[in-house]
Amino acid sequence: MWKTILRRVLIMIPEVIILSILVFLLAKAMPGDPFTGSINPKADPAQIHHLMKINGLYDPWYQQYWNWVVHLFHGNLGNSYQYQEPVTRLISSRAANTLWLALLTMVLTYALALPMGVFAGRHEGKLPDTVIRVYTYVTYCIPFFVILVIGIWIFGYVLGWFPTTGSISADATSGFKSIWSRAYHILLPAILGALFSTVNIVQYLRSEVIDAKRSDYVRTARSKGVPNKDVYRHHIFRNSLLPIAAFAGYSITGLLNGSIFTETVFSYPGMGLLFVNSISYRDYTVITALVLIYGILNLLGTLLSDIILSIVDPRIRIE
Amino acid sequence: MSLVEIKNLKVHYPIRSGFWNRITDEVPAVDGISFNIEAGETYGLVGESGSGKSTTGKSVVGLEKVTSGQILYNGHDITRRNNRRKLDYNHDVQMIFQDSLSSLNPRKRIEDIIAEPLRNFEHLSKQDEKLRVLQLLDIVGLDADALYKYPHQFSGGQRQRIGVARAVATNPKLIIADEPVSALDLSVQAQVLNFMKKIQRDFGISYLFISHDLGVVRHMCTNLAIMNRGRLVEIGTCDDIYNHPLHIYTKRLLAAIPRTDVSQRAAHRASRLAVEEIYREQQDKYYDDNGRAYPLVAVSPTHQVALPPDIAQQLAHQESEADV
Repeated sequence: MWKTILRRVLIMIPEVIILSILVFLLAKAMPGDPFTGSINPKADPAQIHHLMKINGLYDPWYQQYWNWVVHLFHGNLGNSYQYQEPVTRLISSRAANTLWLALLTMVLTYALALPMGVFAGRHEGKLPDTVIRVYTYVTYCIPFFVILVIGIWIFGYVLGWFPTTGSISADATSGFKSIWSRAYHILLPAILGALFSTVNIVQYLRSEVIDAKRSDYVRTARSKGVPNKDVYRHHIFRNSLLPIAAFAGYSITGLLNGSIFTETVFSYPGMGLLFVNSISYRDYTVITALVLIYGILNLLGTLLSDIILSIVDPRIRIE
Repeated sequence: MSLVEIKNLKVHYPIRSGFWNRITDEVPAVDGISFNIEAGETYGLVGESGSGKSTTGKSVVGLEKVTSGQILYNGHDITRRNNRRKLDYNHDVQMIFQDSLSSLNPRKRIEDIIAEPLRNFEHLSKQDEKLRVLQLLDIVGLDADALYKYPHQFSGGQRQRIGVARAVATNPKLIIADEPVSALDLSVQAQVLNFMKKIQRDFGISYLFISHDLGVVRHMCTNLAIMNRGRLVEIGTCDDIYNHPLHIYTKRLLAAIPRTDVSQRAAHRASRLAVEEIYREQQDKYYDDNGRAYPLVAVSPTHQVALPPDIAQQLAHQESEADV
């Protein structure tokens, strides 16, 4: 078990190095610069030229990369050109917002999708199955940002049940009130995100359950006299969960990507919104830092998936 | 009274087709069979693949929905689910499957696999349960370290023995063995079969032994039934079937047993071809218009054959003459 994980972690080192090079180069490949238009429309080109030079933006890419990596290991991701404050502080003040939103969305998604998948598989071809399938396909067909906009309009504007912007209301200053206000603000985006991202889990689980319930070991279990609910709980559900478990790590990263839409539409101050803003301002330091963080989270997600997989399935461990 | 009486059992599978997926036809997998299994005996059920042997076996365990007919276990009809539950039927009747790998849950340890039937019916403490599992493993000749292994870590023969251990865990009265050794090579077959016989001697279990291997059936069974196209064509004791076969299908099946006597090779081949020839000529006569076997006719107290009406009459006539 530990060998499997250790080997898997070692593989991540070259992955992270390659990732960092790619991230850095792609950010540099974007046209434009961080200064034009951000200082003063009438700024002297020579002055911008000078600013570029003292910030090292004319150096060869490997030199820039090397400087960046050295700073990285000192915990310094540079200063944001746009906000004029350290990138680390900028991101750390927003990371928690994004993570809470992603976590709540994920919990809600699984809480919805797992029972639906098992239920649909168990009653294959019957009415509940058809209803669940239609629901998942409809939600799959509608683009996510459209859902968000419609959701804001109905629940935030027409019905007024939920706040439509921000992560906390201005009067919630301390203690329990501020926690409640934060939770209240992420509730609508999380529910919408969960309701409309169940399709993968439901469909996978449904087909796995259908496969498993016809398999020989389930027949064996029934012949042993295992009651039907235990057949589902111990044999079918456990074994059907394998691909879902393998999915879990990836779905975390999927949610982080989804946060770019959600946060932009809800003007929710998290990493996704920061990312979109940084791109439009060519805020290189913030972009590279964010893409690197998203990339590493992706790698961690796949690592998590592999670990879960090896826990669930005894056959793929290295002994 | 017999342990199990099967009366006119029918299992028909629906065929759905068309736009609305309605039932348009049926496959009569088992079409009206009757036989009895006595306590402590091994009853053989033989036939080619697709003849309905396994379906019969599964109906006896209660895995298959029976279309009509009765299966009486100690006088109770267990084709109804309520009756099975009331009797704790699956405590007394267990099943061994052909494919030992796929029939064991790949993500459960041997300990859990064998202990599961115990957990269903007997509420033992953790320690007693473990002791019992160890004892069962010992009965089928496996070491204690098998407890913590997974099914894929065993050889085919060991896995089938685990299947046997699992089946005997609850001290059943009847075990349905659905081609338990067909997937194993010959030396391992003998090993598993001898374990099954030993367990039968020690615990007085009855077997319903489903197989297409006549050699194995002869080794194991006291009575047997030959099944063909969903019906029984001949039932009787081993002696009746092997030495006095009356139905052409039985004869053909017996002729197909491979022999090891090389010097008689040409003679065997000739007799095999002769049986095949007769089968081809008389096939129409021995099956009714739908290609199904006729009802069974008793030719002796133990021996029943599905003969066409005219031959049956002729036979009855001969017998009454002999009696005179």
